[in-house]
Amino acid sequence: MAEVHLSIPLTEGAVRGLKLGDTVFLTGTFVTARDEAHIHALDALKTGHPVPFEFKDSAVFHCGPIAREVSKGKWEIVAAGPTTSTRMNSLEPDFLRKFHPRAIIGKGGMSKPTVDAMKEVGAVYLAITGGAAVVAAKGIKEVKAVHWLEELGMPEALWVLEGKDFGPMTVAIDAHGNSMFDRVDAQVKENVGRIKKQLGIE
Amino acid sequence: MVDDKLIEDVVVEMLRKAVTKLPRDIEVALKRAYDSETDEVPRTQLRTILDNIELAEKGVTPICQDTGVQIFFVRPGTVKTGDLAEAIGRGVARATKEVPLRPNTVHPITRANHKDNRGERMPYINYIPSKEPYLELTVMPKGAGSENMSALAMLNPSQGVKGIKRFALDTLVAAGSKPCPPIIIGMGIGGSADIALHMAKESLLRPVDQRHHEPEVAKLEKELFDALNGIGIGPMGLGGRNTLLGLSIEYAHCHTASLPVAINIQCWAARRATARIHPDGRVEYPSHEGVR
Repeated sequence: MAEVHLSIPLTEGAVRGLKLGDTVFLTGTFVTARDEAHIHALDALKTGHPVPFEFKDSAVFHCGPIAREVSKGKWEIVAAGPTTSTRMNSLEPDFLRKFHPRAIIGKGGMSKPTVDAMKEVGAVYLAITGGAAVVAAKGIKEVKAVHWLEELGMPEALWVLEGKDFGPMTVAIDAHGNSMFDRVDAQVKENVGRIKKQLGIE
Repeated sequence: MVDDKLIEDVVVEMLRKAVTKLPRDIEVALKRAYDSETDEVPRTQLRTILDNIELAEKGVTPICQDTGVQIFFVRPGTVKTGDLAEAIGRGVARATKEVPLRPNTVHPITRANHKDNRGERMPYINYIPSKEPYLELTVMPKGAGSENMSALAMLNPSQGVKGIKRFALDTLVAAGSKPCPPIIIGMGIGGSADIALHMAKESLLRPVDQRHHEPEVAKLEKELFDALNGIGIGPMGLGGRNTLLGLSIEYAHCHTASLPVAINIQCWAARRATARIHPDGRVEYPSHEGVR
């Protein structure tokens, strides 16, 4: 398991070269998007409205940060850990195929249709420690812009961030159809049998 | 008489403590978990968690960006107060700006956000009768990742203790990586549907190293903890030896034809703070004694 420092824009080659369990740090411009921002971006594309961020070759962070407005229109990130990615399960495959980000950053993993879409377009899922919002914020040097703040509110807005060695993150879904969460699930299924015996509830 | 302004100030301070500094029992449990992992992936997760706790404490910055919705437990004691609920609400609104907290509280149908964590019935206040000569406030800022994994089962009494154990195992497996493990499982057994859920949440206020005062219940807590902790979900669901930090049970007698069981899950960032306000204006924070 390697430690890899990557720069955005991410190349397909770099992303396809990542293996499950690798530790990744990212430098460059990426963006937060939760449920509402995914829906908003996909709707904008469908109705021919402009999407304010170029997702291609960048990373999408499942995160609703705490941000502080230090002066009019100038924001800083206070805390920025990941939110539960499974809420985006029904939106992400479409999002990956339409916008082509190279990495999704979140916690908890994503379902098979997203794993398949990642294999198809050449993208990975990077797990960042849930709740570790100060460590994550330390890797964010600047808020470059915020979009849809009025419509969607602070947690759901699109925060454009400049990262410097943002991480550590673990490659939990690679660009070849493998998921660490599937492996854990298989192990859990095995353990359930043993635990049932231990508790006398077989 | 404790005046409203003091209560408001204490609410701001206790929220600042709650979201930036974990109680010592949680940090000790997380360190023990880190020491017992041998694989690189779970060790990285727990190392990051411990680094984050230290950074949050030093910078007086929220540990997690999800600073939750604000749930209060109030023991009024024999102390006279003014408009307690209003004072708590004002403290929450100020803390949202000053700490800051994320404005999480929205209307459930329109999703409109007042941006100060106040709203209909929010912050939520549970009143617990008490006779102490001080007013005690406890706050539990509860994040959504773990709260969304809550579960209730109205078991058939014939399912008995085996049914309770099965329900706990099924709920843990269904929650998987989503509630930010290692987690604390809070269980409420008996009462009615609402009482069971309420007890499940209240049990999460107990320090993780403290067992139920009745030996029978303490034995069930330990048996379930030891068995369920071996599930293999691991820190952040990436596999490992530690899935639980604790498991607490509260119970109430129930109808002879009922066996309600409720589970409320707490993430590793098990934030809580307690303040005692004495009539002479002295304030103590027993949950954060010995915390830097």
